[in-house]
Amino acid sequence: MIEWFTWVQLPVAVAAGLLCLVLGFAGRVPSDLTLGALAVVELLVLVQIVVAIAAPGFGNSPTGSALEFWVYLVSAALLPPAAAFWALLERNRWSTVVLGVAALSVGVMVYRMLQIWTVQSV
Amino acid sequence: MESLQSAPVETRTPTKMSGIGRVLVAVYGVLALAALGRSFVQIVSKYDEAPLAYALSALAAAVYVVATIALVRPGVVWYRVAWATIAFEFTGVLVVGTLSIVDPALFPHDTVWSWFGRGYLFIPLVLPVLGMWWLAKHRPTAGAA
Repeated sequence: MIEWFTWVQLPVAVAAGLLCLVLGFAGRVPSDLTLGALAVVELLVLVQIVVAIAAPGFGNSPTGSALEFWVYLVSAALLPPAAAFWALLERNRWSTVVLGVAALSVGVMVYRMLQIWTVQSV
Repeated sequence: MESLQSAPVETRTPTKMSGIGRVLVAVYGVLALAALGRSFVQIVSKYDEAPLAYALSALAAAVYVVATIALVRPGVVWYRVAWATIAFEFTGVLVVGTLSIVDPALFPHDTVWSWFGRGYLFIPLVLPVLGMWWLAKHRPTAGAA
């Protein structure tokens, strides 16, 4: 895990989540903007997967449980596509809120992943 | 006589998950995923350390999954399943949450419900209440199979 990249990823996920929540509660259906925001969140998670695969090879290994880290990472990667798929199935304001919930959940998971990688030395 | 034609199109089976219920289902889904992932990790890597806490985690995770499905599926049976699972969760978070504070030695390792779900932003405590409120407002109509 590259720390600065994770610190970029976190605010992006949170911002995307808040954006979708606000627009959703304002009654907007999923748009290019909100779906695009989720796509950015997903892209960063995919980059994180590549980083997590490569990093141990450069002597950068998780201090906590690698298994737990990967369960979080895979779950985080599944959320945005699932929410987007659902948003396309039924386009109403609540699908936008669901997009926001997914993006915020990714943010929480990324934060947990950072903890597992850096400070949790069990 | 032709009034049937002018009736609003309502052919799709009304699901319980339309409207704000979708958000509830989404949050339940995320919580189910989180609980499932966590208990999977706990049981695979360190089940021996705290069999009670980790078995409880797995049970809670399974119930969250069933509750999520029950919220989505239409019909009276699934409605009852949703009530049962959500009531179970609420009881679980209250009992385990209280015990984990009164007697921490009982649950030396975290479960979803320890400290009223503190590790999960207290979502496990709030969600069943919202779920029960929502179920009470959306009883299945006799027409919906």
